[in-house]
Amino acid sequence: MSIVRHHERLETSVLLLVVGIILTVIIGGIVEIVPLFTIASTIEKVDGVRPYTPLELAGRDIYVREGCYACHSQMIRPFRDELERYGHYSLAAESMYDHPFQWGSKRTGPDLARVGGKYSHEWHRRHLINPRSVVPESVMPGYPHLMRDLDYHDIDAHLRTLSHLRVPYDGLEGAIEHAREDLEAQADPTADKTDLKARYPKVATGDFDGVPDRITEMDALVAYLQMLGTLVDFTTFDPARAGAVR
Amino acid sequence: MSPRKRACTPPRRAVRVNEEATVTLQTNAPGARTDTGPYHEGVVKAFVLAALAWGVIGFMAGDFIAWQLAFPALNLDTPWTTFGRVRPLHTSVVIFAFGGNVLLGTSLYVVQRTSRAALYGGPLLAWIVFWGYQGFLLLAGSGYLMGITQSREYAEPEWYADLYLAVVWLLYLTIFAGTLIKRREPHIYVANWFYLAFIITVALLHLGNNMALPVVLFGGDSWTKSYSFFAGVQDAMTQWWYGHNAVGFFLTAGFLAIMYYFVPKQAQRPVYSYRLSIVHFWALIFLYIWAGPHHLHHTALPDWTQTLGMVFSIMLWMPSWGGMINGLMTLSGAWDKLRTDPVLRFLVVSIAFYGMSTFEGPMMAIKAVNALSHYTDWTVGHVHSGALGWVAFISFGSLYYLVPVLWKRPGLYSVPLVSLHFWIATIGIVLYITAMWVSGIMQGLMWRAYDEMGFLQYSFLESVKAMHPYYVIRATGGLLFVAGALIMVYNLARTIAGSARPAEARPTPAEASAAS
Repeated sequence: MSIVRHHERLETSVLLLVVGIILTVIIGGIVEIVPLFTIASTIEKVDGVRPYTPLELAGRDIYVREGCYACHSQMIRPFRDELERYGHYSLAAESMYDHPFQWGSKRTGPDLARVGGKYSHEWHRRHLINPRSVVPESVMPGYPHLMRDLDYHDIDAHLRTLSHLRVPYDGLEGAIEHAREDLEAQADPTADKTDLKARYPKVATGDFDGVPDRITEMDALVAYLQMLGTLVDFTTFDPARAGAVR
Repeated sequence: MSPRKRACTPPRRAVRVNEEATVTLQTNAPGARTDTGPYHEGVVKAFVLAALAWGVIGFMAGDFIAWQLAFPALNLDTPWTTFGRVRPLHTSVVIFAFGGNVLLGTSLYVVQRTSRAALYGGPLLAWIVFWGYQGFLLLAGSGYLMGITQSREYAEPEWYADLYLAVVWLLYLTIFAGTLIKRREPHIYVANWFYLAFIITVALLHLGNNMALPVVLFGGDSWTKSYSFFAGVQDAMTQWWYGHNAVGFFLTAGFLAIMYYFVPKQAQRPVYSYRLSIVHFWALIFLYIWAGPHHLHHTALPDWTQTLGMVFSIMLWMPSWGGMINGLMTLSGAWDKLRTDPVLRFLVVSIAFYGMSTFEGPMMAIKAVNALSHYTDWTVGHVHSGALGWVAFISFGSLYYLVPVLWKRPGLYSVPLVSLHFWIATIGIVLYITAMWVSGIMQGLMWRAYDEMGFLQYSFLESVKAMHPYYVIRATGGLLFVAGALIMVYNLARTIAGSARPAEARPTPAEASAAS
């Protein structure tokens, strides 16, 4: 039988076996991954998607740190029930600056792709400290430790790192140099927000954690949650014009 | 038709290979002590002990977070004990610490025996890999509890731990391939094809999926934070190319290698079909790589990628069952041993679970089914029928086989305890996966249910409340599984301590075949 005869060459040579394995396993990945970088319609062309503000980015890092993705998705599928429960289905463009992506794989809790603006800052703060104080049946852990001060002294380095990964902070005049000021301005109710709003349209500002004189991890995380899904204006979104192939 | 005859049906060359395999098997039977001289087995013992220790930790961590979902007060309101931080600890410890130590240990054992050659690089290189790997596990696991994570499922360790692991892994590949190169057998045994595919592909996946820029390179003060090279849709595809093939190559190819050595050894039968092993090996490793997009059905990943992933996932059913058939049919003529040998029972039932979950997986990869199952507990149940039923059971079987051989004991301390472990763990798995089927399908149906007025029938919270009894059942099943593992640890510890009870001790395969 030929398959057995030909296979003898492979199973008597370590080199041929290694090369055979590498060639065999590499094909699928190349075919599925490489075109995602080259086919233009992979990411829709929509208005409004912008890089995260420094405070939102710090909040996103906390979201990653705490493993929120283990129970919450950020990816609404194009089904009637999901549209009614969570809002418009998620676009690829909406996570185009997400390093890493946070689509998640499990909904022990609800999807968060469009949670921004649905609850007050106060609700989020209470819910994160003790979820069962506002949602008695919740099984979410409490995060009282988020009320500690946010360490943001090197937030500019985080923006600079992302700008090397083609997140266009360079295109936002002064975004990296003034990252710390922007971060403070977003969380301080009394600060001048002109520059911040010029760089980051639709930014939600205010005292997120209920403690006006401190910038806490709670400020950052709530600022992040409050922007999720708010950037694209779906009243004017046209899938055909955006080049969305789905 | 006897299995020996079956093996003879293919043409002559195949016969020769099978005979070699058989000869190797017989000369290396645990009863035959003559061939133990040149092999390095100290490090294999260390991997076995590490697997036992990490296994108990990983199973307990899993059961702990299972109880957290039923009773959230168990999150304890500290940063280090929340579900979000302990969950990656659980998954990494069971996959990479328990499974990894089993794979590294058995591979270094099997490659020596089937190549009739001692480890390349000698004991020193092997010990460097052993301690290097344990160091990686401690570095990664303690990091999760402190919140250091890339948030990539099953690839959570940060960049420095990833680079460190890459070095250790290349040393491991060097030992394994080096030993194969200096083998004194003309052919490379089938188990080693699978081990080699596992080692090489995991290296490729690890390097591809963990590309990241550390902030410390751009003026940041934190050494522990990086941002992934890719974003959004490309990042998701890269992650699930990795994630699904962590299943495919770490948890499948590697453990199939264990099957191809330990099932024939314990059953004292040659592998059922040489030709089938060739076909299903190449088909399996070719097709697995394509299946990643089924984790991203109905997401913002382009449709063409999703469809490719679905089609290849369904095709994957065939080589998976090729492996199952080859494993199960190896028992031909030896089925009666299942009545008396609980170690063989672990091995055979693991293959049955493998067959079940590799049917369930392709089914769940169908987009219409996935629309219901995705994001629900059904996925969790599916993973655990593979992880507990297949990976853990075949590991238990190989550990029960290895300990008396490595420590040169006449047999296990207690065979009835192996049987007890088997039944407790099996009941635990059944409770676990049935609870997750019910809760998962119920979740999926509740989320999409409409009332007669055309409104969504249930709030999300109502679906959370409905899960509670199933979470309790699941955690109870997990508790049984942990209890079984503790029985195993006790049994093996007594075996190593030399307390084997000759009257009860399992006959070594050599004795058994002498008696028959």
